[in-house]
Amino acid sequence: MKQRIGTPLGLVAEFASPEQLLEAIARLRARGYRQLDAFVPYPVKGLEAALDLRRSGLNYLAFAAGLFGAGFAFWLQWFVNHHLFPLNIGGRPSFAIPVFIIVTFETMVLFAGVTSFASLFWVCRLPRLAHPLFSVNGFETASLDRFWLGVNADDPTFDPEGTEAQLTELGATRVEMARGLT
Amino acid sequence: MAAPYDDAPTGPLIVGTRTDAELVDQLLSPIWTRKSRRWLLAYGITSVGALALLVFATWTVWTGIGLWGNNIPVAWAFAITNFVWWIGIGHAGTFISAILLLFEQKWRTSINRFAEAMTLFAVMQAGLFPLLHLGRPWFFYWLIPYPASMEVWPNFKSALPWDAAAVFTYFTISLLFWYTGVVPDLAAVRDRTPKRWQKIVYGVFALGWRGSASHLRHYRIVYGLLGGLATPLVLSVHSVVSSDFAIAQLPGWHSTIFPPYFVAGAIFSGFAMVLTLMIPIRRVFGFTNVITDRHVDNVCKMILVTGWIVAYSYFCEFFLAWYGGEPAEMYTMFRGLPTGPNCWTFWLTMFCNVVIPQLFWFRWFRTHGLVAWVLSLLINVGMWCERFVIIALSLQRGHLPSMWHAYRPTVVDWGLLGGTIGLFSFLFVLFLRWVPVIPTSEVRELNHEISREGKREAA
Repeated sequence: MKQRIGTPLGLVAEFASPEQLLEAIARLRARGYRQLDAFVPYPVKGLEAALDLRRSGLNYLAFAAGLFGAGFAFWLQWFVNHHLFPLNIGGRPSFAIPVFIIVTFETMVLFAGVTSFASLFWVCRLPRLAHPLFSVNGFETASLDRFWLGVNADDPTFDPEGTEAQLTELGATRVEMARGLT
Repeated sequence: MAAPYDDAPTGPLIVGTRTDAELVDQLLSPIWTRKSRRWLLAYGITSVGALALLVFATWTVWTGIGLWGNNIPVAWAFAITNFVWWIGIGHAGTFISAILLLFEQKWRTSINRFAEAMTLFAVMQAGLFPLLHLGRPWFFYWLIPYPASMEVWPNFKSALPWDAAAVFTYFTISLLFWYTGVVPDLAAVRDRTPKRWQKIVYGVFALGWRGSASHLRHYRIVYGLLGGLATPLVLSVHSVVSSDFAIAQLPGWHSTIFPPYFVAGAIFSGFAMVLTLMIPIRRVFGFTNVITDRHVDNVCKMILVTGWIVAYSYFCEFFLAWYGGEPAEMYTMFRGLPTGPNCWTFWLTMFCNVVIPQLFWFRWFRTHGLVAWVLSLLINVGMWCERFVIIALSLQRGHLPSMWHAYRPTVVDWGLLGGTIGLFSFLFVLFLRWVPVIPTSEVRELNHEISREGKREAA
């Protein structure tokens, strides 16, 4: 969506405890809201299920990267120590699987680890230092001791006044509008 | 699951009932409160140590490694001893952060951050020694397979490229794992600190983290993945290091017990270092409510367990030397190590690593901070001596008696060892001052879990 300065992007509401947050999410979803997000200081059990978020698939990506790293390292060792520059040391075979295992393993772990780290920030679209939410009054408690619920303005059920009233009714201690920065 | 949290005789994992806001303030405020003079003193002392490292390293590179006590046949002495010692220390950090994470051990929560930092700083010191030992460290890139104009390549059948691969992977994965864990806490500092420059600096390092549930679903998976990937590294890194020795023919080295023996020794020495750092940290910051007696108790028990694996490995080494019946091996194990030159390090090893940990059978030693701290220092010394025994004492007595030689370290050898301790301490003091030492996000999660558990029991 094209954002303009001050465009309403959605409402965010502050709750005092994870239980209240989960309760509010369940109620809003029952009323037909689908584009919800939560902002919490630590992982809350049952939050993803409540928001109906699918399990992350990044582990498959890491698995593929690990396989690639292992294959690459094994190929590289064969290529340089057997194919390009075989060394005869005491008549031992130049293509020796057991001694290639270590570097193969380490490269597998390295590729899988770096890929999972990089892909985490890629799928989260981070780093992003300027975000409309950071301009919301009181939002800094989202990383400290409060649990915030966001309702996207694109949600068909969204209605600025009605949604705000519903959030207050659900026990939100503060309801704020997030507005576009650019 | 949900084992009761408060059933251990040494008390709960979090003492008292603080709210999330109080915990954040308590655990993060050292970053923004005014610094006392004692911090300046800590910076001062440790930076002198770090400067000593700079001096001795520069001297070594400038003049050459002839400054060291190394000579044929003792070509690997202090440098490789220090390398193995430091990298071993790193292992407990990974053990705590990765293996205890996978086993859902709640007591890891408040100590994993600084234990991982300890790993990173220890691996940095370790990496320095093979580089300096090259003599011409500016050619270290010859270890990396790159298309050189001479068309030569690293020999992957040698243990040195294995070491390079293992240590590089270990450092990188540890760093990524540590940083992934620290991001939510950096965001908390960004949002809580009263100082504007800290909001900017910590905001940049927090990468714009906002705790969104749609991010957390990826975050939790990746954090678990990195834990899963770091877990085999705990076992593989020191196994690879031990291969440097085990694949050689030298009596005292040529043994299949080496990989598990080294891994056990690494975790043993690492837990000793965790104890050495943990006891002062909780005193200085007043964190006794989150690093409780229970944590000290558990670490001491880990030392006892791994200490017994180490003791068993010592026994196996001697038994196999005798059972194998090879004369040179028998001589090294039964005459060379216990009665040869520098044999006092052998007896110190046995005393510090086999006798001292037995004190941890008694709860009194596990629950008295200062006593446990002194014992942990002795174990650190013992583990350094163990590596010195394996490396220098074995090399002193090879197959050819005409080459036998008694090793003597020089001032530069001691200076480099002391200098790395200085740099390690300096980095650690900086870390304590400027990075969230306790993972506040995880501690608040645990705190919430415990208080809910309490409410359920009361109901």
